[in-house]
Amino acid sequence: MIPIAFEYIRAASLDEAVAKLKAANGGGRFIAGGHSLVPLMKLRLSEPKVLIDIARIPGLAGIGERDGRITIGAGTTHHDVATSKLLQERCPAIADTAAGIGDPQVRNRGTIGGSIAHADPSADYPAVMLALDAEIHLKGPAGWRVVKAPDFFQDCFTVNMAADEIIASIQFAPVRSAAYAKLKQRASHYAIVGVAAALGVNGGRITSARVGLTGAASYATRLTRVEQALTGQPAASDTFEKASQVAGEDLAGINSDLHASADYRRAMIKVFTKRALVAAAERSG
Amino acid sequence: MAATPVLPKLVGERVRRREDPRLIQGRGTYVDDIKVAGMQHLAFKRSDIAHGRIRSIDTAAAAAMDGVEAVFTGAQIAEMLAPMPIGTPFPSPPHRAVAADVVRYAGEPVAVVVACDRYVARDAADAIVVDYEPLPVVVDPELAMTGKPTVIHPDFPNNLAVPFVPSGTGVSADGKTVDDSAIEKAFAAADVVISQRMVNHRLVPNAIEARGVVAHYEPGKEAMTIWSSTQNPHILRTMIGAMTGMGQDRVRAIAPEVGGGFGSKINIYAEEYVAAVITKKLGVPVKWVEDRSEAFVATTHGRDLIGYIDLAATRDGKVLGLKMRLIADIGAYNMLLTAAIPTLTMLMANGSYDIPAIRATLTEVFTNKTPTDAYRGAGRPEATYFLERAMDMLARELKMTPAEVRRRNFIPANKFPYATQMGAVYDSGDYERALNRALEASGWDTLTAERDAARKQGRLVGLGLAAYVEVCGLGPSSSLPTGGWEHSQVTVERDGRISATTGASPHGQGNETTFAQMLGDQFGVPIEHVTIRHGDTDVVKQGIGTFGSRSQAVGGTALHLAGGKVKAKMAKFAAALLEAHEADLVFENGTIAVKGVPASAKAFGEVAAYAYVPVPLPEGLEPGLSDEAFFEPANNTYPFGCHIAMLEIDRETGEPKLLKLIAVDDAGNLINPLIVEGQIHGGLAQGIGQAMVEEAVYNEDGQLVTGSFMDYALPRATDFPTFELHATTTPTPVNPLGAKGVGEAGTLGSTPCIVNAAVDALSEFGVTHIDMMLRPERLWRIIHGGRA
Repeated sequence: MIPIAFEYIRAASLDEAVAKLKAANGGGRFIAGGHSLVPLMKLRLSEPKVLIDIARIPGLAGIGERDGRITIGAGTTHHDVATSKLLQERCPAIADTAAGIGDPQVRNRGTIGGSIAHADPSADYPAVMLALDAEIHLKGPAGWRVVKAPDFFQDCFTVNMAADEIIASIQFAPVRSAAYAKLKQRASHYAIVGVAAALGVNGGRITSARVGLTGAASYATRLTRVEQALTGQPAASDTFEKASQVAGEDLAGINSDLHASADYRRAMIKVFTKRALVAAAERSG
Repeated sequence: MAATPVLPKLVGERVRRREDPRLIQGRGTYVDDIKVAGMQHLAFKRSDIAHGRIRSIDTAAAAAMDGVEAVFTGAQIAEMLAPMPIGTPFPSPPHRAVAADVVRYAGEPVAVVVACDRYVARDAADAIVVDYEPLPVVVDPELAMTGKPTVIHPDFPNNLAVPFVPSGTGVSADGKTVDDSAIEKAFAAADVVISQRMVNHRLVPNAIEARGVVAHYEPGKEAMTIWSSTQNPHILRTMIGAMTGMGQDRVRAIAPEVGGGFGSKINIYAEEYVAAVITKKLGVPVKWVEDRSEAFVATTHGRDLIGYIDLAATRDGKVLGLKMRLIADIGAYNMLLTAAIPTLTMLMANGSYDIPAIRATLTEVFTNKTPTDAYRGAGRPEATYFLERAMDMLARELKMTPAEVRRRNFIPANKFPYATQMGAVYDSGDYERALNRALEASGWDTLTAERDAARKQGRLVGLGLAAYVEVCGLGPSSSLPTGGWEHSQVTVERDGRISATTGASPHGQGNETTFAQMLGDQFGVPIEHVTIRHGDTDVVKQGIGTFGSRSQAVGGTALHLAGGKVKAKMAKFAAALLEAHEADLVFENGTIAVKGVPASAKAFGEVAAYAYVPVPLPEGLEPGLSDEAFFEPANNTYPFGCHIAMLEIDRETGEPKLLKLIAVDDAGNLINPLIVEGQIHGGLAQGIGQAMVEEAVYNEDGQLVTGSFMDYALPRATDFPTFELHATTTPTPVNPLGAKGVGEAGTLGSTPCIVNAAVDALSEFGVTHIDMMLRPERLWRIIHGGRA
């Protein structure tokens, strides 16, 4: 539990952070809350030479709404997302998700940008990012770039980011009728299976549906067959029951570990899809 | 004259723990807070494989690093240190503190670095290169017993650490002759026989403070001080004195604040011996602090016992006989008490019941895993679990209520003291009263109706009950190789304050409070005027330590007796001052007075001052007010109780949720019910943890796959309902306090009552037994048509 020696730099701006990362020549890592990185460093599974602290970059943390879109700064802690009045009112699914991450210590330090960049296959946020069709705003030496969530999560701990880019913020149009449901691993409280659903409901009918899945495979993905089975259908329990039956049916490479076999995970995808759909629909009223 | 304030009675009251403010404000001094000038730091290179022969070990790179003082391999340590002793009378293979030729579990030390700080020490340990010839690994004890695929210790064929120990009905006192006729007759006469293999799985103790040691040899004095996070500093002193050859008079052992132990800090560990021989060799103080990853593999584990249980009974539920075949997976080595722990399971095979014939047998097996030793409950939760699961299966088979089948077999209250088939003599008990209390307090009939109503809605709700009896207050010296007594010294200081020492070494038990309550009452002084010292062998002259729920029953009695001696002497001084007869004096409200003559009262401090400047010195008295007592109980104590759980299993996911836990515990007389309840809460948390979330899992390569809190779950507050605690009070005649001990009780009843509730919840699927822990997937498979 003792990391190797490393250098520590605190960045004052995004530009400085990006420049320092470049200067570190591949040996640098950004650190914000450190709740993914530091445990790996203590186990010597990650051995960065330089840590560039981005936690105090002005403006990197914060939650706001403009022109009907919500922006969450990458440095915003899980606790601040969980307790944001704006999010609880306009998009409670993401506040709920944050409230269920890890434990209070993790939520007080860990950040949304750090979690998404790390892309742990069992992390909670990626499912919600997919359901909200969030945009990930990245800053790099060449300027800004925006990646949609479905294009962002690419593989286990692998995202659509260049080595010299940094996440500045997450932006999305809030959806009130959205919810996240997870089967938590009882030691870590990570998701064995986590499903986020965002529904558009008009006159009792589902007009749009986005469903994101995490924990089940090596990276978070949309459950497009579920989405198709929902669209145009009445927002009723029969619909959710039926749609959840196709959840994960075409998913390959389902994880199997000490806590859950692939069979069990496969079954839980359906259970938690249904739960997320029902909870999302309950918020549409 | 102002009226003297009346001091409240302290014993039996819910006095808040006096030690808590410093502990919860970060003002305690733990081993890692100890700093000695010139101190160097140790780091251990540990085997990353479970079984292998060391072909070569290259320490050159490590030794060359800046800041590295020295590197010692196992062979070099062996030149300074004999194999580590054990504390049980069983044969044991040589166990080197640092492996010199063969490693037998992942995490076993193979070299140690001495460096200027912890970081350099760790880097240097990483730079040591060990070349192993891998040997076959065995992690399944029942496979290991066949001698395949490997024999871990050459002198122990088939990996049998303890080949076969019979116990119970018809076994002679020396264990040499075994007459099975009674047990065979019982099974022949039975209407029903319950047979089940059960696994009481392996656990990681996880004290919140991992282990640590600072050893400081002072060449000028030829003396050593060793600070360690231990439950028993006096045993540490004994062992360090012996293993360094220095003698106990030259060793001072100190247990500063100790952040929990749960039995895992009874053992005297390799790191303690190694720190001692290195400080002596180099003449510099050294420190080692275990990190959490190390603690998972380098600190002893708990439980890991397989039981083949057969219960013979009549159709009206009377148990005729019990067979308990036990196979203990003790890991790679014998530690201090390892071999003795499963013998406690045999000792408690009777449980709460009057069983005419019992045959228990025990085999202990080496495997390529971290060694086991005591863990909260130590052998008794295993016995309780096996028996209470079997009793539940019997009730289910006979379609009787769980309460009724137990009621028909309880040892009746009028049969105490009760000599069991297993050689124990239960001191006192009223098991049916505890059962009745639990049924009444839980509203069992109402809960049953609620369960049935929930089932009609398709919910999977179950109720479980377990009775227990445990052996505590360890114990006469005949039952403990360390000695079964405890020691205390009580001093009334010159200013009337009271200092007392105890050889029980609290590490969370609250004895600074409970023992002060006792002395406050005994001497009629405020609790604020009493200080309890512990943990330092230069301050506490003698002691054994804190384990086996013995602090109050044994240590508390020693304190009480020492206090009584001092009080008697103080009365003589007071009698001289008051010109009264000592038998007529009362100690109360900070004074000593002639009974019925309050005006005669002398301040307590005034009498104390006189005792230290005794002019004139009363005839036949020495000056001073300090005396000591050793207390050796004639028997153990046997606390008991009954726990009830209500649990729901999610039909879709298999997730179990504990809805209710009602605990009735009888620990005899209580000094401080608040602290007792805290102890029960902690015990319940660990008992529930075992049933529901905690399990140490090894893969076939002998790697602990639950080697961090990411995969090894500790129960959290959010996993529990509000515990409903109740007590009955059956004092023990074994000590004058009537106190039995309570530290481990919570782990006994809770585990089986939860599994019983889970089986009940899944009864519609025809399940009769489920092995712990209650993994959601395992339960889901039962619900969805598969097997457990």
